[in-house]
Amino acid sequence: MNKNALDYAIKYGFLLLLGGLALFFSLYASGFASPRSAVFILQSVAITGILALGVTCTLVVGGFDLSIGSVATSALMLSAYTMVILEQSAFVAVAVCLLMGALVGLVNGLLIVKMRVPDLLATLGMMFLLIGLQRIPTQGNSIATGMSLEDGSVAEGTFSAAFLWLGRHRFDLFLDRLVPVPVVVFLLIALLIWLFLGYTRHGRLMYAIGSNERAAGLVGTNVHRYKIVAYMISGMLASVGGILLAARLGRGDIASGNNLLLDSVAAALIGFAVLGAARPNAFGTAAGALFVGILLQGLTMMNAPYYMQDFVKGAVLVAALVFTFYLSSRRGGRRTA
Amino acid sequence: MKNVTCKLRGLEKSFGQNHVLKGIDLDLRSGEVTALMGANGAGKSTLVKVLCGYHFADAGNIELGGEPFSPTDAADAISKGVVTVHQSIDDGVIPDLDVATNLTLDRLTEPGVGLFVNDRKLRRQARDVAESMGLTMDVRMRVADLDVADRQMIAIARAMARAPKLLILDEPTSSLSSSEAERLFALIDRLRAEGVAILYISHRMSDIRRVADRIISMRDGAISGLFETEPLDYVGAVNAMLGHQMTEVDIDPVEGGEPVLRIEGLKLFDDSREIDFEAREGEVVAFTGLLGSGKTRLAEIIYGLSEPVAGRLLLDDKDYHPRGAGDAVSKGVFMSPKDRSVNAVVPDFDIANNMTVPFLNAFSGLSFLNDKAQRRSTDDMIDKIGVVCQANSDGIDTLSGGNQQKVMIGRWLLKASRVLLLDEPFQGVDIGARRDIGRYIRQTANGRTTLVFVAEIDEALEIADRIVVLNEAAIAGEHKNKNVDLNSLVAEVSGPGERLALAG
Repeated sequence: MNKNALDYAIKYGFLLLLGGLALFFSLYASGFASPRSAVFILQSVAITGILALGVTCTLVVGGFDLSIGSVATSALMLSAYTMVILEQSAFVAVAVCLLMGALVGLVNGLLIVKMRVPDLLATLGMMFLLIGLQRIPTQGNSIATGMSLEDGSVAEGTFSAAFLWLGRHRFDLFLDRLVPVPVVVFLLIALLIWLFLGYTRHGRLMYAIGSNERAAGLVGTNVHRYKIVAYMISGMLASVGGILLAARLGRGDIASGNNLLLDSVAAALIGFAVLGAARPNAFGTAAGALFVGILLQGLTMMNAPYYMQDFVKGAVLVAALVFTFYLSSRRGGRRTA
Repeated sequence: MKNVTCKLRGLEKSFGQNHVLKGIDLDLRSGEVTALMGANGAGKSTLVKVLCGYHFADAGNIELGGEPFSPTDAADAISKGVVTVHQSIDDGVIPDLDVATNLTLDRLTEPGVGLFVNDRKLRRQARDVAESMGLTMDVRMRVADLDVADRQMIAIARAMARAPKLLILDEPTSSLSSSEAERLFALIDRLRAEGVAILYISHRMSDIRRVADRIISMRDGAISGLFETEPLDYVGAVNAMLGHQMTEVDIDPVEGGEPVLRIEGLKLFDDSREIDFEAREGEVVAFTGLLGSGKTRLAEIIYGLSEPVAGRLLLDDKDYHPRGAGDAVSKGVFMSPKDRSVNAVVPDFDIANNMTVPFLNAFSGLSFLNDKAQRRSTDDMIDKIGVVCQANSDGIDTLSGGNQQKVMIGRWLLKASRVLLLDEPFQGVDIGARRDIGRYIRQTANGRTTLVFVAEIDEALEIADRIVVLNEAAIAGEHKNKNVDLNSLVAEVSGPGERLALAG
């Protein structure tokens, strides 16, 4: 393969594949090429996409956040607890969840920069801690209106309409009730993170930290603060994901959100391959999430069994990683850690 | 005459275009400590790596104990009797295992060793090794819990367990205090008495005075001096190592204006003397001295990366106590660190972003970066300092070492500073780039004070108005850069220094 063709393949290969896939399903899966189906795909990736954008921020500073899945499910339980048992408003529930996400991110960041715990281990520990913690207030039960409490009374609170709106409302766009709120939130956050990482000095310094932490520190960057901020962003976005999930389900379901961590990490890593970036980036992450969504939707519509889903996701991830690391190293250009 | 243990003849080694060893002839004799001196890039480490089997020589031959010696890899070199203790101590020991396992580890890899480890036998063997080396610690202690000197001793003891013919020590005292170093020297004396040939690589004159029987100086891949008649000519050895060709740069030294940075009673290390110094506006001061003389430490203190043991700094007559690099930069004190690839280059960034990374604040409005302004400033600096490149959007790793260094220095010249610190700015830089950088530093020297930290005297002579010699973390001399008396300069660099009493 000559060098130009290789460059071209690395840069646009993934997007071409994405387009090709969409075209293939449009032709062979009836009903795939419709606005409703497109929105369905977006909806299926919105929450993992939001989490993936958070992980992307930690990957940019050379870290990793394994706790996002458990932060999201904690936010799910916490919002239900706040509204159903403490009988607070939607606003309070959202605020408490965001605060919790920021706090978890802060603790992760402090563990990593101050206590010098390796990032994978610190966030793995936090993951365990949260999975346990979220079960304690309800003795391991799911939360729903009318559930009986420890003291024998019955939970009177309800999920307020304003909160459910976050998960269930659909905006009109050409068609009635087309675009759900989570999709809008996902696209907005993707836009914000894309601007933040790519076009602000903070984002640029975070990339500098990820590429050479010592050099970044020696030009006067406050490396610790940026790393902590990255984990706080990650924690807060994971909380947003959890809130949207709770709003969609309408109850504090203890068993939901099991797949969030793996799916979102996969999306962020697949994102490395988009546009030949070979590093974490917001556009790639969003495209990676979309890629997985399209593939699964298409296969489902072509009657592939549901239990193939994880296998397909894994295969895509491995292919994308080979794409990123092997082909990029052959190009002899930028190296990634 | 003692027996020649290791004989090197016509050794050559190149890496691509880079001719690193240009024909080395050397005899190492048993029961003798040969000190090897050489500046960065002189070829010392390549020579060592050829001896210990990491590199193959391109030409020439080595004899060890009368037999031809051409190790196929590191393990082969060790089994044939050439053992090396590297500079970084933890390369030589496994910190999480106990002393006994560390001392006997090599035996576990020998062919024919059984599957199970006999702990008691292992400990007995280890105790024998430790006793023969005069080590007294409990062999069941974890190596990580020992102090640096003990770990160093264990690395050497491990080496000695192989009964080597040639022991190579690469800067063994670089992380030892003076009393710890003394224990190491006692051990070296012992090994010498046992008839081991020792190659001792160091920059510390006090070490070399203490242990060396002869000195070999290397410069530019060749041996530039051999000193073995008593008393050893230490000044000659340093001269041969640093060399001095007439510099073509003619400097008209300026006096400088008002003092910008004042250093009062500064102690770099616990056991070093106080430093008093004044750097004036518009002048370029070069600090020179051997590795370990405290140059980097001094630069780090001024840039807020380390705390001095005592003393204070004044910037423009005000107390100056930086809390870190960010704080120093905001007060107008900039530093270009040494070891560019580790400390300065951001490998994922292009030239423009590498150049502007310290001042992204100035290149952004409401936090949003102004890409055009970044690239305009970069192009401007590329022209001024003479970076050879296609475009400012080239990856930094497409540039040669000299051009990368120009970008690293150029980043600190984008904005005006009060104090500019340059630690080894000419490291891994070709002569052309070195002249470009030096010229541009001098051109822009007005309005700030510039402190340059260099080991090579030539480099100091090329750039400075004033040359200050550091030796053992103290000022050993000061010269105006006009008709400098090189002999006294070199004598100050290589002097015994005054490592204050064995306080460590």
